[in-house]
Amino acid sequence: MLLLICPYCGVAAEETELAPGGEAHLKRFGPGSSDAEFEAYLFARKNPKGVHFERWRHAYGCGKWFLAARCTATLEVFGTYPAQTSGPPDDIIDRIKARRPDWKGFA
Amino acid sequence: MKRYSLFAIAREALTHHQGWERAWRSPAPKPGYDVVIIGAGGHGLATAYYLGRNHGIRNVAILEKGWLGGGNTGRNTTIIRSNYLQDPSAAIYEKSRSLYETLSQDLNFNVMFSPRGVMMLAQTHHEVRGYLRTAHANALQGVVTEFISPARVKELCPILNIDGPRYPVLGALWQPRGGTGRHDAVAWGYARACSAMGMDIIQQCEVTGVRSENGKVTGVETTKGHIGTGKLGIVVAGHSGQVAQMAGFRLPVESMALQALVSEPIKPCMDVVVMANTVHGYMSQSDKGEMVIGGGTDGFNNYTQRGSFQHIEETLRALIETFPMLSRLKMLRQWGGIVDMTGDRSPIISKTPLGNCFINCGWGTGGFKAIPGSGWAMAELIAKGEPSPLAAAFDMGRFREGRFIDESVAAGVAH
Ligand SMILES: Cc1cc2nc3c(=O)[nH]c(=O)nc-3n(C[C@H](O)[C@H](O)[C@H](O)COP(=O)(O)OP(=O)(O)OC[C@H]3O[C@@H](n4cnc5c(N)ncnc54)[C@H](O)[C@@H]3O)c2cc1C
Ligand SMILES: [Zn+2]
Repeated sequence: MLLLICPYCGVAAEETELAPGGEAHLKRFGPGSSDAEFEAYLFARKNPKGVHFERWRHAYGCGKWFLAARCTATLEVFGTYPAQTSGPPDDIIDRIKARRPDWKGFA
Repeated sequence: MKRYSLFAIAREALTHHQGWERAWRSPAPKPGYDVVIIGAGGHGLATAYYLGRNHGIRNVAILEKGWLGGGNTGRNTTIIRSNYLQDPSAAIYEKSRSLYETLSQDLNFNVMFSPRGVMMLAQTHHEVRGYLRTAHANALQGVVTEFISPARVKELCPILNIDGPRYPVLGALWQPRGGTGRHDAVAWGYARACSAMGMDIIQQCEVTGVRSENGKVTGVETTKGHIGTGKLGIVVAGHSGQVAQMAGFRLPVESMALQALVSEPIKPCMDVVVMANTVHGYMSQSDKGEMVIGGGTDGFNNYTQRGSFQHIEETLRALIETFPMLSRLKMLRQWGGIVDMTGDRSPIISKTPLGNCFINCGWGTGGFKAIPGSGWAMAELIAKGEPSPLAAAFDMGRFREGRFIDESVAAGVAH
């Protein structure tokens, strides 16, 4: 079972307390955007086999949305961080690079 | 290829069964092919088979990173049905189901298609309305289904508790010619037939890169070296995102774990397939006597072929309510596969941004039943470069244009 530390309330939450929310840091498009931009926002996903940034909600805890960096090939968790950001924080990036020297970086 | 027959068994009996030949060859890759298919699961093998049989294209290689049929094709719970709501779905799944009827004869390999009947329980009024609607749609589509009463449900499956405290059975959508098949045999049967046509199935050969020039694929990099190709078919289910990335495009697909489990074998007690979508569990009994059980996917991206234990608990909790006799059974084995879930939960059979590269994916939790029909349609797309009416609605462009084939809303659950 996955254990993720909620960056808001600090609880080491078990998977049963959490609700997954899919890929993080998606660029949101609104009225006036092109079909291609809407498609990218709504449907196109990186879906990598490896480092993945994703949204979770501490649904049966404090209820807050937060973000996690996790490896989809091994289930290793690199860290969690608050959702009020448009990209992963430096300390998380450093931790991933230390553990995955081949990683191409966040793009 | 020596044909399997009663006569062959008699002949081999006389020579102590020393004369059986290997079902397929294990050749080294040639420098190039007319068509390369990535992925020797059911869909990839069926694509190759119908390329040869329907379109006369036989200079074909099927590349497989593990062993053939070792992906989802060898990990599913083998339910075959075609009682979908939307017209494009009903068309391709019914084509597939009808091909299953004669697949053993076509392939000269017993795929053990068992049209024992599939029952989808209606346990809420919403589901009753939904399945009545599906039954009417199926009548128009020429798919034989029927909405049956709780009494008939009990008659067809006596071990079912129709008066459950939470979700009593209010009826069911019944497809009498749905059923099960032997998943490994489907892969093996297609593989043997492909090999007999002179196609090369190359196992332990992982594709690691896609080479292209001027918007066209020229070949693939593999763990067994470069292999050139005139056309490329990507048929890798859970790994579609990864291979698409090699080819330079993105898909509306996410990969997740779906688990299944089997009980200890018991005497025959159930000769239909039952799906209970409200409580999220389904079950059939294998010829060996095991109860074959499945449920829903995990919710997060995952490539590990193992899922979270709480989903097994949820599935069993749901099924014990529906089948109280299960509570005394021991569960023997559990496993997972990586399923490719699209944005509208319907599959993709499509051209790609690369002119001579085609993709077949997104069958998610329900593509075993679709293997023959999907291979049929994908072969036509690769051979002609344009989709047949069977495949046209499943192109990737639908996500840009909003032409969804929304079976997830229709069914509430896949399979
Ligand atoms: C637990 C479970 C239960 C299911 N139950 C049902 C059911 O009851 N009924 C139903 O209809 N469907 C069911 N399904 C879905 C069904 O199994 C799949 O939709 C179907 O098998 C997909 O077949 P495929 O050939 O596309 O994929 P796969 O069989 O997964 O084949 C893809 C192949 O591609 C190979 N590959 C991947 N990447 C590469 C690479 N880079 N190079 C070379 N090869 C590569 C893989 O090794 C694999 O063998 C279930 C699935 C699971 C996991
Ligand atoms: Zn919290």
